[in-house]
Amino acid sequence: MMSQTIQDRRRPAAVQRVNHLSHARLPRWAQPAIAVASIAAGCGIGLAAGWHSKVQWGLLAAMIFVLASFVITTRVEGARQAKDRVATSVIWVSFILAIVPLLSLSWVTISKGIEVLDPYFLTHSMNGVLDAAPGGGLYHALLGTIEQVALAALIAAPIGLLTAIYLVEYGGGTLAKAITFFVDVMTGIPSIVAGLFILATWNLMLGFGPSGFAGSLALAILMMPVVVRSTEEMLKLVPNELREASLALGVPKWRTILKVVLPTAIGGITTGVMLAVARITGETAPVLLLVFGTKLINPNPFEGAQASLPLYVYEQYAVGTDASIARAWAGALVLIAFVMLLNLVARGIARWKAPKTGR
Amino acid sequence: MATTAHSEVPPPKGPAIETTKTKNKVRPGDRVFLGLSRGSGITLLVIMAAIAAFLTYRAALAISKDEGNFFTTFEWNPAGDPPVFGIAVLAFGTVVSSIIAMVIAVPVAVGIALFISHYAPRKLAAPLAYVVDLLAAVPSIIYGLWGAIFLVPYLGGLNKWLDQYMGWTYIFDKSSPGVARNLFTVGILLAIMILPIITNVTREVFLQVPRMHEEAALALGATRWEVIRMSVLPFGRSGIISASMLGLGRALGETMAVAVVLSPSFLISGHLLDPGGGTFAQNIAAKFNEADEFGRDALIASGLVLFVITLLVNGAARMIIARRKEYSGANA
Amino acid sequence: MKLQRKNGLRATALGALAVSGALVLTACGSDDNTGGSGTGGNSGEKTTAASNIDCGDAKGQLLAAGSSAQKNAMDLWVKNFQAACSGVEINYQAIGSGGGITKFTQGQVTFAGSDSALKPDEVTESQKVCKDGKGINLPMVGGPVAIGYNLPGVENLVLDAPTLAKIFDSKITKWNDEAIAKLNPDAKLPDTAIQAFHRSDESGTTQNLHKYLSTAAPNEWKHDPKSKSWLAPGGQAANGSSGVAAAVKGAENSIGYFELSYATAQSIPTVSIDTGAGAPVEATTENASKAIAAAKVKGTGNDLALELDYATKAEGAYPIILVTYEIPCDKGNKAETLPTLKAFLNYTVSEEGQKVLADAGYAPLPTEIAAKVREIVPTLS
Repeated sequence: MMSQTIQDRRRPAAVQRVNHLSHARLPRWAQPAIAVASIAAGCGIGLAAGWHSKVQWGLLAAMIFVLASFVITTRVEGARQAKDRVATSVIWVSFILAIVPLLSLSWVTISKGIEVLDPYFLTHSMNGVLDAAPGGGLYHALLGTIEQVALAALIAAPIGLLTAIYLVEYGGGTLAKAITFFVDVMTGIPSIVAGLFILATWNLMLGFGPSGFAGSLALAILMMPVVVRSTEEMLKLVPNELREASLALGVPKWRTILKVVLPTAIGGITTGVMLAVARITGETAPVLLLVFGTKLINPNPFEGAQASLPLYVYEQYAVGTDASIARAWAGALVLIAFVMLLNLVARGIARWKAPKTGR
Repeated sequence: MATTAHSEVPPPKGPAIETTKTKNKVRPGDRVFLGLSRGSGITLLVIMAAIAAFLTYRAALAISKDEGNFFTTFEWNPAGDPPVFGIAVLAFGTVVSSIIAMVIAVPVAVGIALFISHYAPRKLAAPLAYVVDLLAAVPSIIYGLWGAIFLVPYLGGLNKWLDQYMGWTYIFDKSSPGVARNLFTVGILLAIMILPIITNVTREVFLQVPRMHEEAALALGATRWEVIRMSVLPFGRSGIISASMLGLGRALGETMAVAVVLSPSFLISGHLLDPGGGTFAQNIAAKFNEADEFGRDALIASGLVLFVITLLVNGAARMIIARRKEYSGANA
Repeated sequence: MKLQRKNGLRATALGALAVSGALVLTACGSDDNTGGSGTGGNSGEKTTAASNIDCGDAKGQLLAAGSSAQKNAMDLWVKNFQAACSGVEINYQAIGSGGGITKFTQGQVTFAGSDSALKPDEVTESQKVCKDGKGINLPMVGGPVAIGYNLPGVENLVLDAPTLAKIFDSKITKWNDEAIAKLNPDAKLPDTAIQAFHRSDESGTTQNLHKYLSTAAPNEWKHDPKSKSWLAPGGQAANGSSGVAAAVKGAENSIGYFELSYATAQSIPTVSIDTGAGAPVEATTENASKAIAAAKVKGTGNDLALELDYATKAEGAYPIILVTYEIPCDKGNKAETLPTLKAFLNYTVSEEGQKVLADAGYAPLPTEIAAKVREIVPTLS
C-alpha cells in the first residue's frame, strides 16, 4: 500500500499528469511572470511604434496580459480554469488601471502642492500681493472655510438628525412621505442653485450683505439631505428589540430614542455627518455667489466678505500665471488634507463608537 | 436563512411601536420631542418646497420669453434680441459624457470591489478599502485641476490611436485638430471621479453576501470565478445598480471638473473626439458670471431640467433598493 | 476588544490633534505680507508712488466687482492704495462684467467694473439703489485685445479684419490659405490646419472682438456683434483669457485672442493688424491709446460712455481695443463708503494711477478723457 501511494504521487510529477482528482496547475510564479512579460511586451511595442502616450503602453500591456494568461491556462489547465484565470486577471487589471489615475492624482497634488506650502504660506493672507506675482498665503481662505463649514454643520446636522428621527421613529404618514420625496429631490439640486436661492432670499429680499454666514446657509441646504439619508439608514439598523426592551421597562419614547436608539447608532451618524461636511467643504459655486471672497483675514463670519478654500483654488487657477497655479496646487493640497483629516476623524469615531456586535 | 430568530421580527419601523403608545397617556416629554422632530421635518420640507417653487417660477419666466424652442434649439443667447436658447446640446453632452463615464466606471468599480472583497491578500484589502473611501471625498475642483493639467495631455496619444484604428466607427473619427478637451475626455474624468463612490457601495454589498452561499459553491468544486458569477453577483446585482445610479447622479451634476476640462461649443457632434459639446452644469458655470438677470433665469431653467433628470435617477435607484430589500431582506 | 479600544484612543487623539491644530491656526494668521521672502516685487510696479496718494477720509471696507479684463490693473491700484492708506480695504472681485453690474444694481457692491457701458434698462434698474441718481460709466482702463498665435517659423504675422473673421468663423482652415499668404508674402506658411481658440465663458473681451469684426468686416462676420458668448461654429474653447493664452501657447498652428498682458506674460507672438493705414499696426499699449483717443463720448451729463471707432484707419492706431468702466452712482452712494470711493477713483484716474498701467499691459486713458473723469469723480455724492 505504502509504496503504491508513493509511486502514485511521484508519477504525475515525472510523467504526463494523469491524476484525475487534481488538475494540472500552473506554478505559482506563472501569473507574475506573465504580467512582467506582457508589461515588457507592451513597453517594447509602444517604444517600437513610437507611441507618445504611456496610457497606450499600459492598455496594450493589460490586453496582452489577459490574452496570454487565457491562452496559457487553457493549454495547461482546461477551459473552466482558464475562465477563472481570465476573470482574475481582468479584475487585477481593472484594479491597476483604476488605481493608476487615482494615485497619479494624489501624487501630483502632493508633489505640486508642496512646492510653495510652508509655514509662511499657511499663516499669511493674500493682502497686498498681486494675484499674478508670487508670495502670499491662504490663511484667510482656510479660516473662512473652517468657519463656514462649521456653521453649516451646526445648522444642518440638528435639523437633518431630527428629521431622520421623525422619519424612522414616528414616520409613516403623508407628511413623512412628502419629506422623503423632497429629501430625494434635494439631493439633486445643482449646488449653484442653492447659492442662487440664498442670494434671492437672504441677500436680496432680506437685504443682508455678502458674508460667510450666507455661504453657510447655502452649504447647509446642500448638507441637509445627505445627513437625513445617512442618519435614516443608521437608525434603521438599530435592532427593534432594543426599542421594545426599553419601552417595556416603562421608559418614555423620547428617552428611549435619546438614551437607547441614538447612542447605538451614534458612530454611523457621526460618520454620515462628517462625510457630509467633507462633501460641502469642496463646494465652489455657491460660495462664489455668497461670501464674495477677499484677500484679507476676516474672522467674523457674520459680517463682511470672507474667503473660502475651494474658491481660492479656483481663483488662483483662473489667474493662470506660474506663481498663482503653484498657489492653486498648494491650496488643493491643504483642501485635500483638511477633507481627509475630517474623514479620518469620522471613521475613527465610527469605529470607536460602533456597537460591539456582529462582524 | 428564513429560519433564524431575527427574521421573524418585523422590520424596525414606527407603526409597531406606535401601537404601544396609544395605550399610555402621552407624556409631555414625548410631545415636546415629537414636536421638535416633526418641526424640523416640516422646516426641511418648507425649505425644499420653497426652492422648488423658486426654481420653477424663475425658469417659467425665462422659458416664456424664449423665442427658440427650449428643447430643440442649438443655441444659447438669452442676451440676444430676440432671446434664443435651448438645451438640446446640453442634454446631449450631459447624457453622452455620463454614459461614457458609466460604461467605463461600472465594470471597473465592480472589478475593484471584487478585488478588495475576494481577491486581494487580506493584509492589503483593509488599507485599500480605506484609501478608496478617502478618494471618494476628494473635492471635484481638484479632479478638475488634475484633469486639465495632466489628464488632457496624456489622453492626446490615446485619441490619436483611437482615431487611427477605430476611426471607422464614426464616433472615434477625429475630424478637427486640437488637444483632447472633448466629451470623451470628460467621460473618462467623470469615470475616475465616480469610481471610488461606486466601488465603496458595491464593496459593502459584496461583503454582505452570505458566507454560506459562497462556501457551498466552493464545496461543490466551483472555481473562484464561478463562485462570484453564481452567488456574489446575483446577490449584489441590485446593489451594483443602485451604486451606479448614485455615481450617475454625481456625474450628471458635476460642474467644476467639466468646466475646466471641456472645450465647449453649441454643436451636437457624434465625433466624440472632436472638441465641442457641453453639459448642463458646465454651461451654468461658464455663463453664469456674465449673465444678466434674464440670462440667469435661462440658466436656472436649464438647471431645472438637470434637477428633474437627477430626480428620476434618484427615484429609480430608490425603487431598485426597495425591491432588493423585499426579496433579500431575510438574508441580511 | 482591547484592539478596538486602542483604535478608539487613537481616534480621540486624532480628533484632539485636529482641534488643537485648528486652534493653533486661528491664532497665528497674519495679513502682513510686506516683509519676508514671499513678497513679489518683480512685476514692475512703483512702490514709491504710494506716498503721493491722497487718502482723503477713506476708511473701512469697500466692495466692488466686475470685469476680469481690468483685474490686473485693479490688483495694482488696490495694492498701492492700501499701502498708502491704512485701515482701508478695497475688495475687487473679478467675477465678470455682467455679474458686477448685477451685484451693483442689487446694491451689493459700491461700484461695478464693466467692459461695456450700462444698457438703458440697467440704468433704470440702478435708480433703485442710487437715491435720486443713477449709475454712470467712468472709463478707467483701456487695453488692446491681442491676437496671439503659435506658428513655428513665422514671425510678424499680419492679418486684416476680413481674414480674421474668416479664420474665426472656420471659413479659412489652413495656414497657407491665399488670403493669409497675400498679407504675408515673405512668410513660409505651413500647410496645416488652423486651430482657432475662443473663450468658453461669456466675456467682454469676446464682445469687443465681435464688435471689431462686425464693424471692420461686416460682410465676413454675420454673428450678433453684441453677444458676450462666442456664437461662431467650430473652433475650440478655453476658460478665461488665461485658458486661451495657455491653449495657444501649448498647441502649434493655433490662434486666439486675449488681453495683451497675457501675451506678454507668456511671450506669445501677436498679430499685427492691416487696418488700411500705411503700415500694419502692432498690438502695443501706445497703439491702443491712439485708437482710444479717437473715441467719442456718447454718454450725457456725468456719464462718459465711449463710442469706440473699431474701423479706424489712423496711422499706428490698433483697432481691437477694449475700454473698461467703473460704474458708481452719480448721486446716492452709500454714506459710509463714499469717501473711500472718491479717494480711490481719484487715485486710479490720477496721472500716477494711470502711469502704472502701461507696465501691466494696459493702455492709459487719453489725457482728454482722463481730464473729464477727474472732473466728475469729486462730484460723486
